[in-house]
Amino acid sequence: MIKIRGLVKRFGEFEALKNVDLDVAPGEFLVVLGPSGAGKSTLLRCINRLAEPTEGDIHVDGELVKPDAASLRKVRRQVAMIFQHYNVVPRLSVQKNVLTGRLAAMPAVLSWLQIFPRADIAIALECLRRVELEEKAELRTDTLSGGQKQRVGIARALAQQPKIILADEPVASLDPKTSRTVLSYLKQASRELGISVVCNLHQIEYAREFGERIVGVSAGRVVFNGGPDELTDEVLHRIYPGLDAGETATVSSPRIGGAPAASFNYALEET
Amino acid sequence: MNTPSYSLLVARPGGNFGWWPRAALGLAAVGVLWWAARGSQVSFGELVKGAPWIADFLSRMFPPNWAFLDKLVLPAIETVQIAIWGTLFAIILAVPFCFLAARNLTPNMAVFHFTRQVFNVTRGINEIILALIFVAAVGLGPFPGVLALAVHGAGMLGKFFSESIEEIDQGPIEALRSTGAGAIQIIIFGVLPQVITAWIAVVLYRFETNLRQATVLGMVGAGGIGFELVGSMKLFQYQDTATCILVIIAMVMTADYISTRLRAWIQKGTR
Repeated sequence: MIKIRGLVKRFGEFEALKNVDLDVAPGEFLVVLGPSGAGKSTLLRCINRLAEPTEGDIHVDGELVKPDAASLRKVRRQVAMIFQHYNVVPRLSVQKNVLTGRLAAMPAVLSWLQIFPRADIAIALECLRRVELEEKAELRTDTLSGGQKQRVGIARALAQQPKIILADEPVASLDPKTSRTVLSYLKQASRELGISVVCNLHQIEYAREFGERIVGVSAGRVVFNGGPDELTDEVLHRIYPGLDAGETATVSSPRIGGAPAASFNYALEET
Repeated sequence: MNTPSYSLLVARPGGNFGWWPRAALGLAAVGVLWWAARGSQVSFGELVKGAPWIADFLSRMFPPNWAFLDKLVLPAIETVQIAIWGTLFAIILAVPFCFLAARNLTPNMAVFHFTRQVFNVTRGINEIILALIFVAAVGLGPFPGVLALAVHGAGMLGKFFSESIEEIDQGPIEALRSTGAGAIQIIIFGVLPQVITAWIAVVLYRFETNLRQATVLGMVGAGGIGFELVGSMKLFQYQDTATCILVIIAMVMTADYISTRLRAWIQKGTR
């Protein structure tokens, strides 16, 4: 579904991605794991060209992504994105926020006049139902909680009827319980609709729980690629170089006492 | 008995020269003031000598001629009408260009600087001067007044509109871009909902300013109540002049009050 070869992204002198190769299979839930600043966001943003790759080729659904406007819009229609800070429009209603996922597919001039095809409205409502927010459809989005806003974000992404969803730290601003709920909605949609998901996370625990495959990124390189059960202490050291043995033990056994593990996740988030 | 003792607490200026640079600066300031007073013939002697004349002039204005109010009703209404259309045209002129003059939406920096400069120029020319030009171009009457307010107001609104666009949250814009939405769709669904309250507040303020300006536009023949004001003075009907001034004060205060209230109400609604 996605084929990345030799991807390099430089910001001035700084090399954020150093020759990354990556494949994503159709319908797969792939977690990209790594510390903040490892290049996870840049990797996702190169796929839908919110960031322009310096070198390398990206194929989406068998087609090479080119930087011209037409190719860009075509790719972006197939690739939806979910953001850490939700990026919903606060003053629009929940329903309209989800409908913005359909904008590229509807007649532009009518959409300027706030006239939407009934079919698109039905799709938006169906997506809201998937994240169980249909009764909030009429509310202004800034009245929702963080977790609910992210569910609107997921519904907007689903409304695009994409082949791929890129989720950039979708739960980094949410508490552990809400995080699980949000990730469950995402995973369920991916499984039922056969959408490939590339999900950036920095919490090892969630990566194990939700990832069908995990790619470890550290300092702009892919340092691990395998199943959640292959994520050993040694691998975690490669992904999080600063971590000492005691800490990995706590992190790598997610179920020890629950609470300490969760608080450690926050510590990771801080650094 | 204790004599209180005092101590001067002033931070010593930095640099090698102690107080001398400050002294020089102070001297220069005095020099500029003296020079400006010479040029503008500021003279307390003249003010004292002229005081009786000012008193005489004021006494002729008293009591205001209330009968003249009848004749002021229509010009007063015309003043409001000029302000309404002056504001509306200013909005129509400003909106299409303000997106080009916002750093975060402009297609390139050349367009950005050019649009900003156009706004600066139109804003830089005073309404009265613009009115003089338009009176010469389209003849006496309220319409040149409308045009004068529109041109000056477009510059002011354009600047404020584009500055409020620069302050918006970029997140939703990026989210809409990633759905493949077009530029105008991004503006309508991502930008406008975020700036609309700020815009309404600025428009109300502009209307208030336009009403104040419209009261004097008549002095150069551009319609409104200022026309009556100048007319009464030319005919030495100072009691009529007094009525005009009172009506103008009442209008400006009313507009000021209403617009302040509305702006406060709108801004309260955004929280």
